[in-house]
Amino acid sequence: MRGLDLSLPVWALATLLLLALIGLPIGWLVALSVTGEHGLTLAHYVDAFRSVALRRALWNTVVMAFWVGVLSVAIGAPLAWLTARTDLPGRRLLRALVMASFVTPPFLGAVAWVMLAGPNAGVLNKLWRSLTGREAALLDIFTMPGLIFVVAIYTFPYVYVMIGNTLELVASDLEEAAAVLGAGRLTTARTITLPLVAPAIVSGFIVSVLQALALFGSPAILALPAGFHTLTTQVWGMFQYPPRIETAAAVSLPLLVATALLLMLQRRLLGRRGYAVVGGKGGTRRRLALRAWRYPALLGCFVVMACAVLLPYGVLARTAFSRAWAQPLTWDNLTLRNWTFTFFEYSATRSAIVNTLELGLLTASVGAGLAALLAYVARRRTIVGHQLVGFVALAPIAIPGVVLAVALFIAYTRPPLILYGTLWILFVAYVTKEMPVGYAQCDATFRTIPAELEEAGRILGARPLRVLGEITAPLARSGIIAAWCFIFIGVIRELSASIILFTASTKVMSVVIFDLKEEGQFGAIAVLGLFMIVMTFGVVLLMERVLGRDFLGVRE
Amino acid sequence: MKRLLAGALLASLAAAVPAAAQDARLEAARKEGKVVWYTSLALSTAEKVAKLFEAKFAGVKVEVQRTGSQRILQRVMQELGANIKNVDVIHTSDAGHYVLLKDKKLLMAYTPAGAERFPPGFKDRDGFHYGLRATVNVIAYNTKAVSASDAPKTWKDLLAPRWKGKLVTAHPGYSGVIATHVLALSHLLGWDFFKALGQQSVMIVQSAVDPAGVVASGERPVAVDGGDYTFYQSKKAGNPVEVVYPKEGVPLVVSPTAIAAFAPHPNAAKLFTDFTFSREVQQVLADTEGLYTGHPDVTYPSDKPKLSELKLLTVDPAELEKRGEEIKRRFVEFFGA
Repeated sequence: MRGLDLSLPVWALATLLLLALIGLPIGWLVALSVTGEHGLTLAHYVDAFRSVALRRALWNTVVMAFWVGVLSVAIGAPLAWLTARTDLPGRRLLRALVMASFVTPPFLGAVAWVMLAGPNAGVLNKLWRSLTGREAALLDIFTMPGLIFVVAIYTFPYVYVMIGNTLELVASDLEEAAAVLGAGRLTTARTITLPLVAPAIVSGFIVSVLQALALFGSPAILALPAGFHTLTTQVWGMFQYPPRIETAAAVSLPLLVATALLLMLQRRLLGRRGYAVVGGKGGTRRRLALRAWRYPALLGCFVVMACAVLLPYGVLARTAFSRAWAQPLTWDNLTLRNWTFTFFEYSATRSAIVNTLELGLLTASVGAGLAALLAYVARRRTIVGHQLVGFVALAPIAIPGVVLAVALFIAYTRPPLILYGTLWILFVAYVTKEMPVGYAQCDATFRTIPAELEEAGRILGARPLRVLGEITAPLARSGIIAAWCFIFIGVIRELSASIILFTASTKVMSVVIFDLKEEGQFGAIAVLGLFMIVMTFGVVLLMERVLGRDFLGVRE
Repeated sequence: MKRLLAGALLASLAAAVPAAAQDARLEAARKEGKVVWYTSLALSTAEKVAKLFEAKFAGVKVEVQRTGSQRILQRVMQELGANIKNVDVIHTSDAGHYVLLKDKKLLMAYTPAGAERFPPGFKDRDGFHYGLRATVNVIAYNTKAVSASDAPKTWKDLLAPRWKGKLVTAHPGYSGVIATHVLALSHLLGWDFFKALGQQSVMIVQSAVDPAGVVASGERPVAVDGGDYTFYQSKKAGNPVEVVYPKEGVPLVVSPTAIAAFAPHPNAAKLFTDFTFSREVQQVLADTEGLYTGHPDVTYPSDKPKLSELKLLTVDPAELEKRGEEIKRRFVEFFGA
């Protein structure tokens, strides 16, 4: 044995995790979905899918998810190429804005867009009317296209990161070779660059589709007012009294299967193509001069970022200081009332902030630690069956938040372990949900640390623990901290599982914001939303200080 | 000042509860430290009542858990299902809930001080729950978008083609006020009314408080339901909102309150419940919030109609309980969500 023998403890840990996080909940989910009053039955499935409303919701979900995927790629891919490969001005700022879009909880963006593009009171529509003198609205956010748009502007960062990372790894030699051989710019892009990043584009598309499938907040805020459902809002509705948990389970399982199938498709598509050229960091990457296209391209980027970040935060900031959000911002309308109400009168605020921070810090620390451990043993192959470790850690990606919540609710509202009513059930949900992200990040980190360095340490006589502490840990530190940030952000913006798992004493900020939305309290939402973002950025910036680079992983 | 207020309160309660018993209860409530109040009262109103209580009874906190009536029932039952005993005082606007909760023996029999003088519609004959406040469902419109002469005057006016795309409704799957409203109007006008209303591209919000906000913002110029007190407050705050009390009758919603049989803070719960039924709080509900109450001594603002001047449509709580599912199902069928 060369290193530490971690086989037994790691396997015990992984098995336990697998059981607690996935095995038990999904087991219950399956069991409940086929159990009737008199033994086994498929009645719940028949009930669920015979309902016209549910079939309609299913179709809406498919339509939404597909177009979100398309739109996310259409936004994310050009943006990634422009920042990674061209001399576009303001690339740094653009990256910061993409990060801001990533950090923004989709439901907060949806609330902001209600105020921006509600057909009558929406700020943009009012502006349009006063400019053109027309009666009709320019935008109606309470429609399927409106919903797709709002979901996509907070989903495209996934595509951006995936394609950006790939482009960072593709050397320019091939493109230059093509150019030398006389290919025009378009031909080069079509025959060289595009095929090289195609797998990343497909991955980005699938990840965006999965994100959209699992989303609860945005459809609840934008689709319900217009009189249509998605699967997630339907499942959530089944928890109303009298609850139909079995039907919820029956709806959840096909969603789980669909997700798993999409992921398998992704693997197949990627598995067939291994590009040596996308493997190394060698070679130079030259930036393409945009010339006359510089400013049109910049304008395009600006429009996207205005939609995703500038306009929403602008309207939230305005609302936070207004008596009535839809009225002009005159002296009369200015107030600090929303702030005093939210922080000094609304009794849910404080405990929600404390709960959210506790869960965020705890999940990020435990999650990043676990992810690092699992990724390390899998990558260094120090234990028997290391391939399975990666599978365990990545498996939860196939479980949409709502499905996970339904499963956890069923599993942990009954003996032996009643976690419902405590923060622990949310902790379990968050760790499960964020594990794949943390694992992928840590795995990528250990991949870049050559094992030779550790071996050198050992040859020089250092004990395994000392090697870990003095060689591996310092090298992996920034990667693990990045994983920590990803998990933290994921926890803060989580709603679709929380909305099913919270109790009165375990509300988190996202749930409180959703509560406020149901009562139409835009002022308090704006205050809490802004506070939430500042809090998230505060923590992330603090971490970046330690890191010395921006956490989307792009070095300047 | 605080002592003065406390003194006044004790004096007002002296008639109902012996002072010594009251002191002992306050002491016990302080030991419990807080009361957990699941309430469907509009958020700002609920927080106001809580702050009044905390100012009066230092050492006893009120934990306000404000959400829609149906969500409250869901919370209570879901938490009980996992054996979680969190709630002390349950206050929703769906009288049917109290039929169900009483039936399941989840309520404590408790008559708030002074509540025996309330009119019959505010009292459970077995003494398990009492009406804390009442409101009526109305039509409301934005005066900047709709002139008084154009505004709908009756429920049926809402079906005119010119209101298509201009209406907003709250949801019976969230709000007890609206569940009551839908049942009452279905008796008066039949389900065909809602079927036709569903064809009007109505914007759907959740809380019965929200239509007031939507109309005030101008997102939709006309609200087809919502508690009149929410529009009254909005108007008082300077918003261009006007209320219409349709002549066919307005659904009356009496919102009961009860202490949970399993309340973890029973003394604080009793203290708080007595407080909310006191003349002082009931008068606040009437004055600043625009609610109606069952308290015989409460006076009402002059710029609101008296309950006695309105044609009231009432529903039977037992029917509301029995047909709750059907009401929500039909609503979703007609309106889409």
